Amino acid sequence: MADLYTVTDLHLTLADMTAKPLFGPAPRIEILKGLTFTIPKGAVVGIVGGSGSGKSTLGRALVRLLEPSGGAIHFAGTDITHLPDFALRPLRRRFQMIFQDPMSSLNPRHRVGTIIAEPLRLHGLDAIPERITRALDHVGLPQQFASRYPHELSGGQRQRVGIARAIALEPDFILADEIVSGLDVSSQAQVLNLLERLVADLGLTLAFISHDLSVIRRLCQRTIVLHQGRIVEDCPTSDLFANPQAAYTRELLEAIPLPDPAQVWG
Amino acid sequence: MSFLSIRNLSVRLKNGPPLLRRVSLDVAAGEVRGLVGESGAGKSMIGKAVLGILPPSVQITEGEILLDGTDLLRLSPRESRRRIGASCALIPQDPLTALNPSHRIGPQITNRLVDILGWTRAAADARAIDLLAEVQISDPARVLRSYPHELSGGMRQRILIASAFAAEPKLIVADEPTTALDVTVQKQILRLIAGMQARHGTALLFVTHDLGVVSKVCQKLSVLYSGLVLEDSTVTDFFTAPRHAYSAALLAATPKYTDPDAGLQPVPDAVIGAVRAEVDSFDRKAAHG
Repeated sequence: MADLYTVTDLHLTLADMTAKPLFGPAPRIEILKGLTFTIPKGAVVGIVGGSGSGKSTLGRALVRLLEPSGGAIHFAGTDITHLPDFALRPLRRRFQMIFQDPMSSLNPRHRVGTIIAEPLRLHGLDAIPERITRALDHVGLPQQFASRYPHELSGGQRQRVGIARAIALEPDFILADEIVSGLDVSSQAQVLNLLERLVADLGLTLAFISHDLSVIRRLCQRTIVLHQGRIVEDCPTSDLFANPQAAYTRELLEAIPLPDPAQVWG
Repeated sequence: MSFLSIRNLSVRLKNGPPLLRRVSLDVAAGEVRGLVGESGAGKSMIGKAVLGILPPSVQITEGEILLDGTDLLRLSPRESRRRIGASCALIPQDPLTALNPSHRIGPQITNRLVDILGWTRAAADARAIDLLAEVQISDPARVLRSYPHELSGGMRQRILIASAFAAEPKLIVADEPTTALDVTVQKQILRLIAGMQARHGTALLFVTHDLGVVSKVCQKLSVLYSGLVLEDSTVTDFFTAPRHAYSAALLAATPKYTDPDAGLQPVPDAVIGAVRAEVDSFDRKAAHG
């Protein structure tokens, strides 16, 4: 199986605005400290870690919303590490992102149909109404939803719109950043089952960022554990749970409150 | 004798649909009761009713909120505020918005003690230092001089916990206090809340949608749907043999990393239909007196 992403010694620094002096530049803070891994085509990879571990920064680097400061990212054989915007634009259609908070990532003044159509128009695609119909179908929303506004939908339905917008472009890769953490358990289950089905039906490659190892276990074949900007573990998900190697992974596992009063949660 | 006893509490949107449907529940001193349900079930609404901070758009239509035996709803607004202020506190969900970004931490903990409860400034400052030490903040004096943005999320939530316990309340409402935190910090914070609650013998009403969290900190729980209490159980009974089909469905939807094949089953339509029918039949009965 060919690798869709090859990431080599990825470094990323950002300006630390909390430490910025009144005059002069903010000091740089290193978020990602040399990550090397690959994502094979068709894989579902989980990326976990605590807050501040760099998991969202890594995700944003993969879809080039952030430019790495060192190392390299190859997407489908193309080096996208420092590609300028104009060269990235045709590629962007192939890697899409679903955001954590559908309320702030869907324009409240646009109808669902317009929201899904926007990126299609930007990429100059034809047959937009048909594509919208197909996308809504895929995520299990009725066609009439195209004329509704985001505030008329429930949290789970809004997240489906976010998914529909991403898959309407028929991308190769989707990055899902904590997309179920704001949802109730029942809608969470629906959205995850949907994602699982779409990956199989559309042959997607998925990177799933989450802090919830229970969700990762259910969805992902492979898991990368990040801690303080470094990969502390990268292995098949079943191995991770059966035999966690890194101390941090064990700590993370032990911290999860299982819905079971008998669990020793010392 | 329960410190908090809610009897048949109904709340509705003014000229709108009911939000709470004759809710009854008790929380004894030293006890933790979880309120669980999906968004919109009315969990937070119960906490707000108890604390007298319901938004102006809703009204209480019937019922009693007995705090230490006295019905708050029969008191004058002023007297009810005085009682709630003297014996209750809130641990809010979002530690960032709950603290005023333009004030230092110290006064945000102590002002209430000085201005409302009549403590001396020196006594309040000393109390704040003790409390921050109790929530395991290593350098309390420095933290009291800090602004909220200088502290991490976990640190801010510790401060809100300290602040809630400051005036030795008899009852604390914790409204999703750890949803904004990551799991390792969540564990520390939950143990902190449970430890403080046990040491101080506080009654705790714990609003959450996370059944894992309920199983760790609560002794009893009420399951809500559309403002109706579907089940009132001990935690042990709920997790071993849930009585209501909806409770069982919620458990089946919750993922467990120890059991990758279980969990993540959406609540079946049949169960939702049955619960909606239960809500409708409640409303019909209520309409006929």
